[in-house]
Amino acid sequence: MAKTDDRTDYLTGTDKTEAQSVLNTKPRYWEHRGNRNNMWRLFNFVLLAAGSLLILSPLWWMFATSLKTMAEVMSYPPSFFPESWEWANYIRAWQAAPFTTYTINTITITTFVVIGSVLANSFIAYGFAKIPFRGKGIWFAIVLSTMMIPGFVTLIPQYVLFANLGWVNTYYPLIVPHFFGSAFYIFLLRQFYMTIPTELIEAAKIEGASHFYIWWKIGLPLTKPALATVAIFSFNGAWNDFLGPLLYLNDENLYTLQLGLAVFKGQLSTQWNYLMAGSLLVLLPVILLFFFFQKYFIQGINLSSGGK
Amino acid sequence: MEKKRLTIRRKESIYGYIFIMPFIVGFFAFTAGPLLFSLAGSFTDYNITSRMDFVGVENYQSLIVDDGLFRTSLWNTIYYVAFSVPLTTLGAIFISALLNQDVPGIRVFRTLYYLPAVLSGVGVYLLWMQLLEPGTGMVNLLLGWVGIDGPNWLYDPDWTKPSLILMKLWSVGGSMLLYLASMQGVSKSLYEAAEIDGASRWRQFVHITIPMITPVIFFDVVTSLIGGFQIFQEAYIMSGNGEGGPANSLLFYNLYMWNQAFENFDMGYAMAMSWILFVIVFVLTLINLKLAPRWVHYEGEEK
Repeated sequence: MAKTDDRTDYLTGTDKTEAQSVLNTKPRYWEHRGNRNNMWRLFNFVLLAAGSLLILSPLWWMFATSLKTMAEVMSYPPSFFPESWEWANYIRAWQAAPFTTYTINTITITTFVVIGSVLANSFIAYGFAKIPFRGKGIWFAIVLSTMMIPGFVTLIPQYVLFANLGWVNTYYPLIVPHFFGSAFYIFLLRQFYMTIPTELIEAAKIEGASHFYIWWKIGLPLTKPALATVAIFSFNGAWNDFLGPLLYLNDENLYTLQLGLAVFKGQLSTQWNYLMAGSLLVLLPVILLFFFFQKYFIQGINLSSGGK
Repeated sequence: MEKKRLTIRRKESIYGYIFIMPFIVGFFAFTAGPLLFSLAGSFTDYNITSRMDFVGVENYQSLIVDDGLFRTSLWNTIYYVAFSVPLTTLGAIFISALLNQDVPGIRVFRTLYYLPAVLSGVGVYLLWMQLLEPGTGMVNLLLGWVGIDGPNWLYDPDWTKPSLILMKLWSVGGSMLLYLASMQGVSKSLYEAAEIDGASRWRQFVHITIPMITPVIFFDVVTSLIGGFQIFQEAYIMSGNGEGGPANSLLFYNLYMWNQAFENFDMGYAMAMSWILFVIVFVLTLINLKLAPRWVHYEGEEK
C-alpha cells in the first residue's frame, strides 16, 4: 500500500491503514510459480494447522480445566474434555474472593491510566513532531534512551519518593506517572504525526489558531487510529500489571485483579478448576479486546518498527 | 522584519517546550532523579526509615565477594537470557517465514499465532503452572503421546528455568509480527532475479530474506536482551510468591533485588544491585551496537 493512500485514509477516517495489510498481504514471490507449488502449499498448510492447534491448546486446556470437577482435575491421565460441564465453578470462583471489588478497582486504575497515556503522549508527541524548537533533537534522543534503562533501577527511589508523599496504599503511584508520557508511546505517536501534512497545521496557524487549539481540534482527531493503539496497549499494561499493585497496595480493599489472583492461588493452592475459572475471567477482557481491535495491536507494532 | 521572525521563532520554541514539558518533568522526577538517588544510595546503608549513612563501596564489595545468592541470581538470569533470547528469535523468524506463504486461511493463522502475545499477567502464569503439573498437566500428557516421559518441570531445579523459557516461547507472536512486516517489505524483484538464476527456496531464504530482515533481528535481540534481564513477575508467581523456587533455581536477579529492598528493607544493598544490573545491560547494549555494522544490512547502504 502506497504512502499517499494511507494518508488519505487517515484523513477520511476510514482507518484502512497498513495494519490490515500485514495480515492480508500475500507473499510476493510465489505468484508465478507453477503446479509443483501445490505440494509445498499443502505441506505448509498442514504445518501451520498443527502449529495452531499447539498454540491454542493451552487456552482450550484452561477452559476445559475450569469446567471440571475437582475429582476430574486430579484424575490420571488428564483429559481434554470435561466429563460434566460444571459452569457453577465460575460462580464459586468469583464468590470465593472479593473479585467484584477487585474488578471495580482494576477498572478505576485502568481508566485513569488510559486517559493519562492518551492525552499526555499525544500532547508530547505533537510537540516533537510539529513544533520546531531548539534542543528538540537532544530531547528526543533522551526520550529514546529512557527505553534502555531497566525499570528496576528506578523502582526503589520511586518507592521512596511516593512513600514520602504519603502515596503508599493509594492509586496515585499507579496512575500519576502515566500523565508524564512514556518513551514507547511518544515515539509511536510521533511516527504517526509525521504522516500528517505540515501544511494542514501551517494553514491553521495562519488562521490564527494556537498550537493548543490545533492539537486539540486537528491533532487528536487525525491521530485517532494511533491513539486507539496507545489506548489498547496501555489498557493491556494496566490491566495486567502485577508489580506496581504488589509494591504499593497493602489494603485488601484496594487490591486489583492481578493481586487478587495471586492471593487466590495462595488460598486454593491446587484447586485448578477454580483457579483456571478465575484466570480465564481475568484474561477474558483482553482476549475480547484483541479479537475486536486486532488491527490496532498490529498497527502499534508496525509504527514502532518504523512504519513498515 | 528580522526582529519579527526572531520573535516568532522564539514563540515556537516556548510552545515546543510547553508541549514536551510533561516529559521533561516526568524525566527528572521518575527517571533521572531516581537514577542519581539510587547511585548515591548504593553507597549507604539506607533502610527507608534510617538516615542514609555513607558506607563507601561496602555494598558492592559484599555483593561481589561474599554473597552467594547474588551470584546464584546472576547465574540464573544469564542462563534464562542465554537460552530465551536466541530461542525466541529463531522461533519468531521460523514462524514468520511459515506465515509469509500463500496458504489458504493465512489471515486466520496469523491472528491465532499472535494471540498469546497479547496475554500476560498472573492468569497466564497460573495457566502455565497447571499446564506444567507433572501428573495432571497438559504438557506431560502431550509428551506422553509421543513417548516422552516428561520431567517434573517447576518442581525440579534443573527444569524450572526451561519451564519459564517454554512459557516465553508460547508468546513469540509479538516479534513474529515484526518479522512478518519486514519480510513483506522485501522487494519482489530480488526473488525474481534469484528464481531466474535457479536458486532454491532455501537459498533464497538464506541469501535474500535473512539479510534483508537483519535490522529487525537486531532490534529484536537488543530489546529482548534488555527485557530478559528484567524477568520478575513470572518468577515471583511461579516460585511461590518470591521464594525463589526449588534450590533457588528461580531466584532471578530482580527477584533477589526485590527481596533485599522490600522484604529485608536493605535498600542501599538493593540499589547497589540495581546499578550493577544497569551497567551490565548498558555494556551489552553497547556491544550490540558495536557489532551491528558487521552483520546488520541496511538497504540504504546499497543505493
